[in-house]
Amino acid sequence: MIVSIASGKGGTGKTTVAVNLALALEGAMPIRFLDCDVEEPNAHLFLHPEIERSEKVSLPVPVVDESKCNGCGKCARVCAFHAILAFSSRTIVLPELCHGCGGCALLCPQGAITESPKVIGEVETGRAGDIRFAHGRTGIGSPLAPPVVKAVREALDKEGLGAGLTIIDAPPGTSCPVVASIKGSDYCVLVTEPTPFGLNDLGLAVGLVRELGIPCGVVINRAGLGDEAVSAYCSREGIPVLLEIPYDRKYAECYAKGGRLVDDFPELRGALKGLWRKISASGESGAEGEDGRREMGEI
Amino acid sequence: MISGKGGTGKTSVVASFAALAENKVLVDCDVDAADLHLLLSPEVVESHEFMASRQATVDVSRCTGCGHCSEVCRFGAIAMAYGHPTIDPISCEGCTVCSHICPEGAITMVDVMSGHWYVSHTRFGPMVHAKLKAAEENSGKLVSQVRRKAREIAESQGHELIITDGPPGVGCPVISSISGVDLALIVTEPTVAGVHDMERVLDLTCHFGVESAVCINKCDLDEANAERIEDYCCARGIEIAGKIPFDEEMVRAVVRGEPPVLYGDGAPDCAGPDSVAGEAAQAIRQLWDRVAVLLARDAGSF
Repeated sequence: MIVSIASGKGGTGKTTVAVNLALALEGAMPIRFLDCDVEEPNAHLFLHPEIERSEKVSLPVPVVDESKCNGCGKCARVCAFHAILAFSSRTIVLPELCHGCGGCALLCPQGAITESPKVIGEVETGRAGDIRFAHGRTGIGSPLAPPVVKAVREALDKEGLGAGLTIIDAPPGTSCPVVASIKGSDYCVLVTEPTPFGLNDLGLAVGLVRELGIPCGVVINRAGLGDEAVSAYCSREGIPVLLEIPYDRKYAECYAKGGRLVDDFPELRGALKGLWRKISASGESGAEGEDGRREMGEI
Repeated sequence: MISGKGGTGKTSVVASFAALAENKVLVDCDVDAADLHLLLSPEVVESHEFMASRQATVDVSRCTGCGHCSEVCRFGAIAMAYGHPTIDPISCEGCTVCSHICPEGAITMVDVMSGHWYVSHTRFGPMVHAKLKAAEENSGKLVSQVRRKAREIAESQGHELIITDGPPGVGCPVISSISGVDLALIVTEPTVAGVHDMERVLDLTCHFGVESAVCINKCDLDEANAERIEDYCCARGIEIAGKIPFDEEMVRAVVRGEPPVLYGDGAPDCAGPDSVAGEAAQAIRQLWDRVAVLLARDAGSF
């Protein structure tokens, strides 16, 4: 089963929920943890994985062979991302804008364009206790997150996991990096906070997961600090509130230090196991569940 | 205003600056999860559709089912089913390669409405903001669009300052948000994640040669991490422009839909220097005073 943790708004506690869910279930089932927030990955700060392998992620960008180029400018006209500028005497590639679609190389009438890999980020894989771990990082100044997210999603595929659980820590927002992170999940947990910001962005995130057809439930973090509007919204929309984590300064202080809430606060270990029971129960009752997914048992 | 990590308090600080600064235009560049409007209650005066992406569509009557389109698509957006291609609009990046390669000319590109952008009135001045539709791309282009409009308004109406609420992360919309700014104020928090993400975002501002200063929000949450931030910034020659203590008033202000710096004044429109404000509000006022000095110094250097 693949469970993604997303939020719309940043800083609501995605990583906290994802990391502590993984820790609460560690040992009870095979777990892999994919930190797909490749712009600002944070899960490693809490899980302290031993990194075993590191690989560069690259994108094929065009290289123009000046000796073959006749300056016709077709490449610049077909490039939807404005990554090629053609002048009669020279053709200039702007690799930062290139999405790697391959159109220019395919369509150049002179065969003057080849592609060469440009590094846009890296993926690291390793182990944190019994948890298989992968995360990625975009290169500084490299704007394209989705290909790096995709590489993280595929990083542990070769290992196979049988009936285990994959937890995906998604980036904030609702645009392409989030889609690349949560697409194909069996369930999406939306972490929010009980404030107008949390509510507004939860509404956007719900719109996204519904468009992607992913069943979702909500975790309200820092419950009690704001107002009741998030709970009211969830009941109006028929979205289950899976867990409320009460606002408590001692939780915030533990998080600040990079601590693990489930180790320091046994009540939260129980709460996160309860979260998993609700997620897996919803997977079993859902019509889309594939075979293997029903094997996920009680813990 | 950027942060790397989300939820560090960018929007609360921007809304407070909106109340404190004079003669400015406000911009919300967090186009996929915009929140500034919740504190500034804008009245929309102009609404525009944002058309930046295009999507492939197949004319089934011309399609022979050869499958070339599906072979050349690198985004996995075209699946062949029952002899004809179907296009997944979420995966399609609008690269147009399929439309060029189709031997029958059966694929055309159609414009897609990816969101809206708005020009609004607020009690603190004009505001430009946007809403990208869920699962859409081109957030960087939408950011450029709202920034261009804000600059136009600033120039035509004689506003000297543009205050921008940026998105989290270090990717495409963040790069669009900081290009050509006079100062990037990085709002961070003394948590291990806050420190890590601030370092990445400072790498980004340095990479693009953008002048930066740092503000530590919730500075008393963890003294050791707050010190780490100060030491790190000191070593890189980055000024700590302010420190805001953790204060539940900040949350209450958000719940009331008001800039935190005005919350508790009773008469939000006439917050004077003698208004009774919480610790956080006072710290934000000091932060603004310092930022104003940095901006004036910057303006003077031209």
